[in-house]
Amino acid sequence: MNRRAYSLMVMAILLSVVVGACSKKVPPVARPMPPPAPVSTAPPPPPPPPTPVSEPVPVAMPPMPVEDTIGSKSLDDLNRDSPLQPLFFDLDSSDVNASGQVVLQANAAVMKKYPAWQVTIEGHCDERGTAEYNLALGERRALAARTYMVSLGIPADKVKIVSYGKEFPFDAGHDDAAWGRNRRAHFVITAK
Amino acid sequence: MMNRSLASKLSGVMLLAASAIVAAQQPATPPSQTPAQTSVELRLTGEPGTPPRLAVPDLLALSSDRETQDAARAISEVLFADLDFEREFALIPRDTYKSIPAAGSIDAVPFDRWRELGADGVIIGTVQKTPSGVRVEMRLYNVRARQSAYGREYTGSAANPRIYAHTMADELHLSQRQVRGVARTKLTFISDRNREAVMATVEKRDVKEVFVADYDGANQRRITINRTMNLYPSWSPDGRAIVYTSYRSGVPDVLISNIYAGTMESPTKGVGQNWLPVFSPDGSRLAFTTSRDGNSEIYVMNRDGSNLNRLTNSPAIDTTPTWSPTGTQIAFTSDRRGQPQIFVINPDGTGLRQISFESYADRPTWSPAPYNEIAFAARTGPGYDIKILGIASGETRQITFGEGSNESPAWSPNGRHLAFMSTRAGRSQIFTVDRDGRNVRQVTKDGNNQTPNWSQ
Repeated sequence: MNRRAYSLMVMAILLSVVVGACSKKVPPVARPMPPPAPVSTAPPPPPPPPTPVSEPVPVAMPPMPVEDTIGSKSLDDLNRDSPLQPLFFDLDSSDVNASGQVVLQANAAVMKKYPAWQVTIEGHCDERGTAEYNLALGERRALAARTYMVSLGIPADKVKIVSYGKEFPFDAGHDDAAWGRNRRAHFVITAK
Repeated sequence: MMNRSLASKLSGVMLLAASAIVAAQQPATPPSQTPAQTSVELRLTGEPGTPPRLAVPDLLALSSDRETQDAARAISEVLFADLDFEREFALIPRDTYKSIPAAGSIDAVPFDRWRELGADGVIIGTVQKTPSGVRVEMRLYNVRARQSAYGREYTGSAANPRIYAHTMADELHLSQRQVRGVARTKLTFISDRNREAVMATVEKRDVKEVFVADYDGANQRRITINRTMNLYPSWSPDGRAIVYTSYRSGVPDVLISNIYAGTMESPTKGVGQNWLPVFSPDGSRLAFTTSRDGNSEIYVMNRDGSNLNRLTNSPAIDTTPTWSPTGTQIAFTSDRRGQPQIFVINPDGTGLRQISFESYADRPTWSPAPYNEIAFAARTGPGYDIKILGIASGETRQITFGEGSNESPAWSPNGRHLAFMSTRAGRSQIFTVDRDGRNVRQVTKDGNNQTPNWSQ
């Protein structure tokens, strides 16, 4: 295609758009458009015949760039799909149970890879305790999780705690499953 | 005569109601009063052993404008509700005397008709527009004696006619029944009704802000605007400040809002995590819970944060303090013997003793004199109910019975009522109830509303 003719055409179109935009109240005037420049293109080649599918060959994958993915995320994205998992507590208890210890060990391993992270552990409770007592119970849960993290070698100044009692339940339900999800220590990354 | 500064005070209160921003305002002072023409004050009595039967017809509007007409009806409706609230009078339902002609003037009362209805007393009043507001005159007539038993005249702004009814109700309760009414008291509580999200959290969390309302739920307005979680507001004894737990800095801390001056105080100066503050009865000190020394303990400090004194020293949870009416003891919650129970201790840390023996007890709140009782929330099943423990008798009685979960009781200043939060209306709402469990009234409806506290 002729380069000059093409640019003239583009300019004409742009001009008409600009004129149209600038004079909204003026009724549109029919303007002869330059005819499209003749285009001579070869018809597209027919698609290649499908090739028979071969058996997949296992490929040696390069190591997953986990660290890069996590390290480059924003704080919000990090916390939305957090590498730090919550741990759950028994009714009226702030003891870190066996499964809680596994979670905290995994969380400590992640935090050791990212020594710049600042983390806040939120203590939460289910609705079966009173609001006032739960504020202290949530504090004790967060403190228990923090103490265990510190025992695993995480510097104490990297982990802050706060209790929300039963004020911000994760599950609005009123059954055992919901209560179990709400009795938790929730990790939030606050700086990286 | 119109009192100019009073008018600006009253209109200022209304301004405050319309605005989330707390500006420098005077408190809601009652309207000025001048003694009415009558100098006779007689005690109204009912049949022996029964409260006086009282009728409260619409006040007579002496001006024909809409505002005066509305005020006349509103004042009589609110006065009826205020007098009904204390159960010191037997209020005759207003629709049963619609046919009785309105008094032609405040002095022309058809006593025979009221006698026929069985009324011992009737409140007749007038509302008149003045160049700067309204003049409201009310008289309690003794129907049998056919004479005025009590009378008052008020002048002030027309912006909030309810205040005239509240003031008259308190005066009638005091003069006729020797009862300190609560018609001019207020509630503070927290609410998530604005549906604003707490910032910097991944999952949506609604902010909880401090609100105040008249005792009957009228004039609800927001006090804090820090867009975070605020909990457990509690009045100063003079009603000019509210102390509360705020997450404004990210962790719970004690804040004092001087709601009429529009200023704030941070007595803990940011040291540690601090929550559940309550003013001492004289307003000079605060008891609160803090984890500054490792786990939650009860501390007392002066209002400005000085003279910090630790009361409890236990690896268990110690929380939720409340002062005795004389300020000489503090009750609180502790799980030092297993489940949470109520304990009492002296402000110097001596004299610890357990007073509740429930499966789970929390949120003690010490009644005002002359009662010597502690109300608290007790686990009674899947949820909680409000119970009252007599300190001297050691006996406990229950005043809610499993309708929803009922928590966070707070006494009215006359000790005759409690505010509490309940899930009985589907969500968490504020209710009031009398000390005998009767007269349950819902105070809030919008959003979730929690942890009430009743002004002095």
